[in-house]
Amino acid sequence: MGKGLPGVAAVTEHTAPPPIGINANAGECKGGAMSPTMPLVRIRGLRFARGDKVIFDGVDIDICRGAVTAIMGPSGTGKTTLLKLISGQLRPQAGTVEVDGADVHRLSRRDLYALRTRMGMLFQSGALLGDLSVFDNVAFPLREHARLPKSLLRRLVLLKLEAVGLRGAAALMPSQLSGGMARRVALARAVALDPMMVMYDEPFTGQDPISMGVLVSLVRHLNDAGGSSSIIVSHDVPETLSIADYVYVIAGGRVICQGTPTEVTADGSPRARQFLDGQPDGPVHFHHPAAPLADELLATGDKRPC
Amino acid sequence: MGTTRTMEILVGAFMAAGFVALFFLSMRVSNLSAGGDGNGYALTARFDNIGSLKVRAPVSMAGVRLGRVEAIGFDQDAYQAVVTMRIDAAYDRLPTDTFANIYTAGLLGEQYVGLDPGGSPDYLHDGDQIEHTQSALVLEQMVGQFLFSKAQEGSQ
Amino acid sequence: MLTEALARLGRSGIGAIAGLGRASLLLVAMLGGLRELAPRPRLLLAQVYNIGVLSVLIIAVSGLFVGMVLSLQGYYVLAQFGASESLGIMVAASLVRELGPVVAALLVAGRAGSALTAEIGLMKATEQLSALEMMAVDPVRRILTPRFFGGFLAMPLLAAMFSALGVLGGWFVGVGLLGVDDGAFWSQMQAKLDFREDVVNGVIKSLVFGVVVTWIALFQGYDATPTSAGVSRATTRSVVHAALAVLGLDFILTALMFGG
Repeated sequence: MGKGLPGVAAVTEHTAPPPIGINANAGECKGGAMSPTMPLVRIRGLRFARGDKVIFDGVDIDICRGAVTAIMGPSGTGKTTLLKLISGQLRPQAGTVEVDGADVHRLSRRDLYALRTRMGMLFQSGALLGDLSVFDNVAFPLREHARLPKSLLRRLVLLKLEAVGLRGAAALMPSQLSGGMARRVALARAVALDPMMVMYDEPFTGQDPISMGVLVSLVRHLNDAGGSSSIIVSHDVPETLSIADYVYVIAGGRVICQGTPTEVTADGSPRARQFLDGQPDGPVHFHHPAAPLADELLATGDKRPC
Repeated sequence: MGTTRTMEILVGAFMAAGFVALFFLSMRVSNLSAGGDGNGYALTARFDNIGSLKVRAPVSMAGVRLGRVEAIGFDQDAYQAVVTMRIDAAYDRLPTDTFANIYTAGLLGEQYVGLDPGGSPDYLHDGDQIEHTQSALVLEQMVGQFLFSKAQEGSQ
Repeated sequence: MLTEALARLGRSGIGAIAGLGRASLLLVAMLGGLRELAPRPRLLLAQVYNIGVLSVLIIAVSGLFVGMVLSLQGYYVLAQFGASESLGIMVAASLVRELGPVVAALLVAGRAGSALTAEIGLMKATEQLSALEMMAVDPVRRILTPRFFGGFLAMPLLAAMFSALGVLGGWFVGVGLLGVDDGAFWSQMQAKLDFREDVVNGVIKSLVFGVVVTWIALFQGYDATPTSAGVSRATTRSVVHAALAVLGLDFILTALMFGG
């Protein structure tokens, strides 16, 4: 893998890639506010509803520094919404989100924007700017927030592209990229400013096995090489468990289980088991709530003139 | 980059064409070339009847437009119309005994103020009043007079 | 039954007012981006290109034909009264006062406004606006403000081109084909059309229309449901609302300008 990622290797020659899996950091951080190292993101009593639909109902989450934290759950549990709440794009009805000690929803607009320059986010669709080339997309945050000489900017962008293996695609337009390539470019853009924290929104969804493997190792490497922290929101169980240091499983607006991947896989609660093992029926029913089938079929039958 | 350059040139051409169009509308289509507003000097004249004279009607002498009607007021004491005219600054040698008439352009055309020069060596200045005026000819009055004189002829 | 109808009316009323509120907030936010636009003239340039330059062809062709048709129709009416010399006045006055600003605005709403709505709507649907926000770049100021001012600048120039070409088209038909006297055509026009009253008011109208058309287009895109169906609905709404707003405002502006 080191051979495949020369850009990263160049930056981090001194640190050998840590073993994929459990990181000591996670256990240290589990103590929350009591521990000497404050968590990077601290979510307390988060409540968020869209109209009548309650999406989060009292969620507490700690994201540790330097770790890869996964937030998992079935589709529609508001995982993307959680990332938008952390980055201050959405406002919760109750509860607090603290990032690096600052309450995101109490920051002034200027401070929030300053905070966001230290966050990177990988969108599910890549969200590359359609009218800019790959190079300009990756250069965009640098041009916005760092006054760099042209030659340095060029070198930085090429290094970031090299790290995701797409230096050769610098001149292409986003419309010419495959889905996996677009996501890698977006990844290069997300880490362009060397953020303290990168948020990944479903990074593995809809990828073929090769790009999936590439992305999995990229996420891990970028986290450890840059010394940043990562939040992965995903429902791809095996891939996510393989790189996460700490896992939260969310369902029905609450955290239903948390722990290291080994702890979570050992968890006995039926809801967690159903999600992790992919059982079609369980606490979460296969059927959308409905009246009994026989009643409904007979009811329509009544209306027929016979 | 070549594309940026092309775009810049095209936008430049677009802006230029737009301003040419505006210039064309101002100078060729409308009357901007025929003297601007607000320049020149004001004269007033009192008429017993201005007919259908309107604000912005031309003020001309010998068929040449010298200015336009700026305002029309009414003097409640003399029961006269007070017409304020703005004359272009270039025409600054109108004699003080200039005569102001209200004429009609063509049979049914709009009405305008026609000035006839007097012989005075002194010239009119800003705010002066033209003393000699003749009212508009109102069609009904003319018809009435015509019938009246015909009737008189007939009775004789 | 009746209460249901009333409730529906109330809902749509509340919805409309809420939309108007969101649109106003967006306008304020877009105007707030003017200061950031100043050091980046290139962004504005690109939008003047998108909205202005790319609309020139349709504006020029339409203007020319509208002028020609006006001249043709007007000639036969005026000739009945023996006033065919007034053809110039008729063509120029209708173009400069009404048709130039209004038809140009309708064409821009159809050609550039719908494109703006679709562009912004798709940027929203593909999370590009969110991505900008996450890169600590305000999408309203970066993406919407230049487009807004691009439309604001391009519209009066397009309307002037429309009117000017329309007058030329009218001149071509009237003088060239129908034999109206060339001198009478221009001199009567000049005598009757006032710079301030007609040309300046026409420009003011087109400035207002430029604001309204781009504002509606950008708001519809920004407010669109981020799905393909939502974007297509927003594009339709953008053109319909813009057309209605232009025609309604034209009546109000005309009453204010020429009525008093």
